Amino acid sequence: MSALLDIRDLVKTFGTGEAATRVLRGLSLRLETGEMAALLGPSGSGKSTLLTILGTLMKPTSGSYTMLGQDLIAADDRELTEFRNRHIGFVFQFHNLLPDFSALENVIFPTAVREGRETTTARARGRELLVRMGLGDRIDFPSANLSGGQKQRVAVARALMNRPQLVLADEPTGNLDRVSAMQVMELIGEINREEGTTFLISTHDEKIAGLCRRQIVVGDGLVTG
Amino acid sequence: MLYALKIATRYLTASKSQTALLVAGVAVGVFIFIFMSALIGGLAEFILSRTVGDISHITIKAEDADPAILIVPKGHILAVAESGGARTATLADAETWVPLIEAVPGVIAVSPQITGAGFLTRGAQVAQVGVTGVEPGRESAILDLDGYMVEGSARLGSGLVVLGHKLADDLSLRLGQTVRLQTSAGVASVLTISGIFKTGNGMLDDSSTYVSLPVARTLFALPQAVTRIEIKLGDLNAADATALRIAALTGLDAVPWTDGAEQLMEALDAQAQTGYFLKTFALITIVIGVASALLLSTYRRRPEIGIMRAMGAGRGFVIFVFVAQGALIGLMGGLTGAGLGYLALLPFPPREAFKSGTLPLDITQGSYGLAITLTVIGAILASILPARSAARVDPVTAIGQ
Repeated sequence: MSALLDIRDLVKTFGTGEAATRVLRGLSLRLETGEMAALLGPSGSGKSTLLTILGTLMKPTSGSYTMLGQDLIAADDRELTEFRNRHIGFVFQFHNLLPDFSALENVIFPTAVREGRETTTARARGRELLVRMGLGDRIDFPSANLSGGQKQRVAVARALMNRPQLVLADEPTGNLDRVSAMQVMELIGEINREEGTTFLISTHDEKIAGLCRRQIVVGDGLVTG
Repeated sequence: MLYALKIATRYLTASKSQTALLVAGVAVGVFIFIFMSALIGGLAEFILSRTVGDISHITIKAEDADPAILIVPKGHILAVAESGGARTATLADAETWVPLIEAVPGVIAVSPQITGAGFLTRGAQVAQVGVTGVEPGRESAILDLDGYMVEGSARLGSGLVVLGHKLADDLSLRLGQTVRLQTSAGVASVLTISGIFKTGNGMLDDSSTYVSLPVARTLFALPQAVTRIEIKLGDLNAADATALRIAALTGLDAVPWTDGAEQLMEALDAQAQTGYFLKTFALITIVIGVASALLLSTYRRRPEIGIMRAMGAGRGFVIFVFVAQGALIGLMGGLTGAGLGYLALLPFPPREAFKSGTLPLDITQGSYGLAITLTVIGAILASILPARSAARVDPVTAIGQ
């Protein structure tokens, strides 16, 4: 396996002066292509902040971050937006679908926003992903009418739409019952094995973490294990 | 950008009642804009048609002869002019000029005339009158004499006179009676009353008489010339430019109606300014309405904007989504308001049929295209602030909401 991303001495401080809170304290991490890793740690340990920085939605106070050979600290907003669209997928705890759009429209959003229109190819891939997620009969359903588990599977399909190298999942099963959670994790594992997509999954659940081949423990703003 | 347009359309159709209310608000603003345009424009037309519709739009008057120049020794010059002479100045070559003037674009009628003063006598009763001699067949070229006739006919001929109804009342004259008309040139003639008119203009109805041009030639002892040429235009707002053109063409002193009508022009200008103010307020209302509604929408959709940004939508994409919403609201409201405005103006009579006591609303002056264009531009401008606010949404904060 080759290095997908490499972060070194990452520091993130919120606020200034006496109110300053240092969430990440020189964290370093390397992820290889095709890894399926769990990110563990207590609340407030910096897991979400790390995911946000890895997802290029936030810049660190200091440190370096390279992914696919590109220095993402030096990149501007436009470059980061394009990079994120092409190479990174997100799965949030609360699915965060666009409520006024159908399941298919949500899935193909990352491609449509890049190409400026909904192409036939994008639609075909969106359908294929929804079928693979077991939602073949919910393709044109308004996303607001789907159950929690179905919404989360749509969110996984959306994260995979642009065939990203990295999918960041922040508590993807935290809001699901055990059966739905296991279904989602099985799908993630299958895609990881078959397509070599790298997954970094933040979770409190030891069972979910146990399904991943690597466990990264974060504590007090540093990788501790 | 086609996809951003789809998102904008979806956002508008997702909240149908809210969008309908917003479009209705914009439509009301556009309706007011169109109504005010039609009213101010119609009112100006009405006032102009009532004040200058029946007068000459361009008048060519004979100029007094240049003073005779006498050169005396020691380099002095003496100029001699006869004032108060009985003979009026005349246009000797009117017959040459009339066809030329008729060919000038915008000219719809030309009336060579002889005008002067005289006394109308019936028995022991005498009245001072103005006498106008017009060519038979051109009686209604300038003043719509035919339209104002209350008795008889406006047709002028040999031995006939047409006069105002108040003059007729004052002298107890009736149709078919004979009167004696003596002019300032000292010539008198006995004429038969062939028509009585009522224009509503006191001066005309009190003391005006019309005779045919040949009769006037006899009465004023002017066998060839005329004293003035009156010209009517299709567009009376073109009087200044057309007068200059006629003056350049003929070398005659062509005076547009606007000369000496400064007060009327000022009043019309003030009225137009009032209209601009009201229309501007209507547009400002539209802009504020659209801006506030889109700002609320931006706030409500912050999490969705955050998701879109996380999924790779650039700031430009987000801006376009909200600006497109503003443009669509402006377009829909503009079209609806313009349609309603047109329908509301349909029952009102056309400007040719404006009457006193009714609202002079001119459906042709509704400025529909301008109203729609300004509304769309206003709505786009109104959406820029919410759009910029949306583009600045921090995806991390927004998704966490």
